[in-house]
Amino acid sequence: MRRSVLPVLTVLAVLLAVWYAACLPMNIREVLTEAERAGATIDPPAAIDRRDMSRLALALRNPAHAGLSWSQDRARLPAPHQVAAEFWQTTVVEEGYSRRGIVQTGSLSNRSLVYHAWVTLSATAIGFVIGAALGIALAIGIVHNRAMDLSVLPWAVISQTIPIVALAPMVVVVLNAVGVQGLLPKAIISAYLTFFPVTVGMVKGLRTPDAMQLDQMRTWSASVPQVLWKLRLPAAMPYLFASLKIGVAASLVGTIVGELPVQRGGLGARMLAGSYYGQTTQIWAALFMAALLAALLIWAIVAIERRTLRRMGVAAL
Amino acid sequence: MTHVVAAGLIWAALWALNIRLSRGPVGQAARIAVPLIFGATILIVWELMVIGLDVPPVLLPRPRQIGAALAANPALLWGDFVQTVLRGALSGLAMGVAAAIVVAILVDRFDWLRRGLMPVASFLAALPIVGTAPILVMWFGFGWQSKAAVVVLMVFFPMLVNTVAGLADTTSMQRDLMRTYGARYGQTLVKLRLPAAMPFIFNGLKIGATLALIGSIVAEFFGSPTQGLGFRISASNGQLALDMVWAAIVVGSVAGSAAYAILTAIEARVTFWHPSQRG
Repeated sequence: MRRSVLPVLTVLAVLLAVWYAACLPMNIREVLTEAERAGATIDPPAAIDRRDMSRLALALRNPAHAGLSWSQDRARLPAPHQVAAEFWQTTVVEEGYSRRGIVQTGSLSNRSLVYHAWVTLSATAIGFVIGAALGIALAIGIVHNRAMDLSVLPWAVISQTIPIVALAPMVVVVLNAVGVQGLLPKAIISAYLTFFPVTVGMVKGLRTPDAMQLDQMRTWSASVPQVLWKLRLPAAMPYLFASLKIGVAASLVGTIVGELPVQRGGLGARMLAGSYYGQTTQIWAALFMAALLAALLIWAIVAIERRTLRRMGVAAL
Repeated sequence: MTHVVAAGLIWAALWALNIRLSRGPVGQAARIAVPLIFGATILIVWELMVIGLDVPPVLLPRPRQIGAALAANPALLWGDFVQTVLRGALSGLAMGVAAAIVVAILVDRFDWLRRGLMPVASFLAALPIVGTAPILVMWFGFGWQSKAAVVVLMVFFPMLVNTVAGLADTTSMQRDLMRTYGARYGQTLVKLRLPAAMPFIFNGLKIGATLALIGSIVAEFFGSPTQGLGFRISASNGQLALDMVWAAIVVGSVAGSAAYAILTAIEARVTFWHPSQRG
């Protein structure tokens, strides 16, 4: 673990450096237009000559103005510190110091990223729990009922190969039309995106006990629920957690996509609004918030996984 | 009301048929028939329930209406298929996979790179990368190029993680044998390690194919020409023409399953030596 710290930090530093360097050619055209308006002389001076030049060539020929690339308002590629500032502004400052923030009013400000993250997180979490529970239930049914196994499992496997998230906008719009709004439509999307991977993973897991172990249970005259509870479910745990990690990532994407058609809060709504109004730092900040949420959700599952496996006596973790 | 009762009866009858078919030793024919009967049951019950309960077609169209929408607009949907699947998803998949394999070989060669890059890559693989779509649409325009860019980013990390794991999947015995043959690094790579990595690479490709479709469809929600499956879904959604929405989803699903089937067929030919293929 410790051997990896230095290389990882180096890779992150290189990524950051590449990001800063990329800002130069990405923003140079807008920077030069602005500088020209402010009275600076630019090489080449005629706007028509610049139009056909590549961004990289422009950046190389005008090094004097390069610094402005990192402080552009509405930049095509905002610099990392601009994104960090936006993130700080819309989380800590908005909630802590503004008159709409949680400190002043006791409720989250609807302009803060914390609020939008909470909207997304709550829908994702509720849907994820429902979807996972249904998936586990269906998997138990499939393992115990041959007709269900043969009928349903092939479709559950096929569902993994199709872009099922494309249903998300339709689900939201249709449920809105019948008057169901807010959390529920997004939770439904999040649930069905969790449901299929968990079902497939859990069926595989519940089937890991081999004939020898099942025979042993039979010699102890264990009932079907006992076999399930004492042999199949513990054996399925590693598979369950692997599929939960896939499911939670998918359901977060589903919630974000579900927030696109109806602009009522959430990180997806925030990204789309940012892309409509050219607020690139807002998109980047929302993107980092989404990454943070994904990391948080996966971290939570890993933590539960470790505790469960440790209590089950799996020493490796 | 009669429709609802009929739906219940048909459900019960076909489910009873499935229970019968799956009793005792199950042959190859039943293995294919049972899921098909189940699929047909769902479609029939869906159709009858929508008629019986008078569900308006703007909420849930009947399967026959979806079929009619598919049959009535083959040219339109073919155009969407070409735009989203062939131009956006496929080109992005090809670029992302090629880049990931090249980087994976470098990572495999230099241990320092593995320790630095792999933790970052496996973290990024779990993130909702599709969120970069609004930014990439802004940079590369509304055409297929921005969709391909989203797909490259989405496919790259899972593919990299899989390929690196695959390249490491040789035993010391096999590597020693290559050394006794006096094989150079390049020879070992081409003759031993890349073939050994193939099962992992195909696993990554299968994950990537689905991700590519998702990426190119979702990216179209942020801006697209007046063509493409994602455009069709969001535009028909706005007109409450849900039969077209479903038709587009059917096209996307068939494309996804077909891609998976093709990859599985190629995998069976390439990795014929692997225990999972010898069965």
